[in-house]
Amino acid sequence: MSTVSPLLSLCEVTKIFGGLVALNDIAFDVRENSIVGLIGPNGAGKTTVFNCITGNYVPEQGSITFMGHKLVGKKPHAIVEMGIARTFQSIRLFSSLPVVENVLAGQHCRLRSGLFASMLHTPAQRQEEKRALERAMDELDFVGLADKHAEEAGSLSYGNQRLVEIARALASDPRLLILDEPAGGMNDQETVALVDTINHIRARGITVLLIEHDMRLVMQVCKHLVVLEHGTMIAEGAPDVVSKHPDVIRAYLGAEDEL
Amino acid sequence: MIQCRRYSAFVLVALLCVLPHMLDRYWIDVCVSIGLYALLALSLNVILGQAGIFHMGHAAFYAVGAYVTAIVNTQFHIPVLWLMPLAGCAAALFALLVARPIIHLRGDYLLIVTIGIVEIVRIALINDVGGLTGGANGIFGISRPEIFGFTIKKSMQFYYLVWGMVGCSVLLLGWLARSRFGRALSYIKEDDVAAEGCGVDVARYKLMAFVFGAFWAGMAGTLYAAKMTIIAPESFSFMESVIIFAVVILSGGSQLGVLVSTFLFIGLPELLREFSNARMLLFGLAMMLMMIWRPQGLLPPLPRRYNVQAALAALRRRKAEAEPEHKAKAKQGEA
Repeated sequence: MSTVSPLLSLCEVTKIFGGLVALNDIAFDVRENSIVGLIGPNGAGKTTVFNCITGNYVPEQGSITFMGHKLVGKKPHAIVEMGIARTFQSIRLFSSLPVVENVLAGQHCRLRSGLFASMLHTPAQRQEEKRALERAMDELDFVGLADKHAEEAGSLSYGNQRLVEIARALASDPRLLILDEPAGGMNDQETVALVDTINHIRARGITVLLIEHDMRLVMQVCKHLVVLEHGTMIAEGAPDVVSKHPDVIRAYLGAEDEL
Repeated sequence: MIQCRRYSAFVLVALLCVLPHMLDRYWIDVCVSIGLYALLALSLNVILGQAGIFHMGHAAFYAVGAYVTAIVNTQFHIPVLWLMPLAGCAAALFALLVARPIIHLRGDYLLIVTIGIVEIVRIALINDVGGLTGGANGIFGISRPEIFGFTIKKSMQFYYLVWGMVGCSVLLLGWLARSRFGRALSYIKEDDVAAEGCGVDVARYKLMAFVFGAFWAGMAGTLYAAKMTIIAPESFSFMESVIIFAVVILSGGSQLGVLVSTFLFIGLPELLREFSNARMLLFGLAMMLMMIWRPQGLLPPLPRRYNVQAALAALRRRKAEAEPEHKAKAKQGEA
């Protein structure tokens, strides 16, 4: 690796649920401006890794460092403010609110007007609201859904809901974007478009860390892969190297003697 | 839909302005009481309707406001209307103290604790805590409100004072709902995990909504004390909390809905006084029918409106200005 310190660094992260070791000594780095994929069979602990990074879970051991700051013990909203935005595996939009308001949620932590400014609609507050709305529409435009701004978020197709979630995450000005199965529920066409979107996100200078089951997508966009199985890291490296790794093949296809 | 609501709101305002001239004293007093309930329901709507926090102890904050007004007014003879901010702050401080440790509770668990709060307050008042509350008899001799040397005595004058306050509340709370604060509460009500994941400090905003609602209820308490000139613990019973809670649930969460359902809840029983035995029966039946046919409440809030076209135009303008720079950046990114 280069001498530049990584954007995100996990060190010996261990998470235990009751008697189950969900993550065991996970350690990997995410370099600035890269697209890193986290893959593995179902139940390998991929989403648990994400939840540890975003503050939803607190790992029992180990440290997570983002831009030189420790993340463990911080609340999720504080971590978003530091510059890590996420999407959820099971879509979690505010489904009865209009699309534009969903995206505005991402801007929330970048706005400063307090209770009284909000109640009195001061000029500064109105200016801020205008900027926030522009930003939200910009992000909606980025994912290609600007014309759907007034629709109820829950009424959109599955694929579009995933895009709104991405727009919402982008609206919080992240340095690192964490995508949990962004292609889940998308058709082939949408998945192809998603590859473009993810590449454009990186071109904006945002680092991407993603979980995905669609191997074609992973092989296309990721420059670096981390493979988990039963909460343990079994391989790490470039896609073509990882895909030939014997442990990875065993994890995905089963060992020969099991066949 | 928006046009329809605007129109009915306008009719309501006009009606409220001329109403006392068409009613006798008894009915004006009923309307004053409806106005006080409307204030309470509007403030609870911030907590329950907008943030979705199940809070059934709002009468406790109403009581704190009323008692602070009564005690300070009778002891130090400060004009009652000046005490409104003080009563609000006292209620807010009390809410902060009691809500801080419980605000993370969800749904019915929180509901039970808030019922506890209102009972504790009522019993504390009856037991004359600190020798200030006058026990079960309460406090009497609270002075009438004065505005610029003009004393408000008649029911009609109270009517305009209380409903003027309701009007201000509708405006201010409406603006609050149409802001970053109101949006944050909507996000929390919809999905608090997602709200937290988007960068909303859920615990803080829930607490803010709670304390703010209590502040408003405390101010309503001042008006109540000034209207009654005598206050006693039984005016702030658990049943009062239930009524305010039911008003907000029935309303569906919009301000117009809150006003309409306050009239239904407080006004109808007065109309049905002759059938007082069957009153609760009718109420129960009405609630059941609502649950079946209109579970979202009478008038759910309309979506907030945004000037999207203006935002898009501004965006296009800015992009056109930054075009050369933008292209250079894009190329850099690709490289």
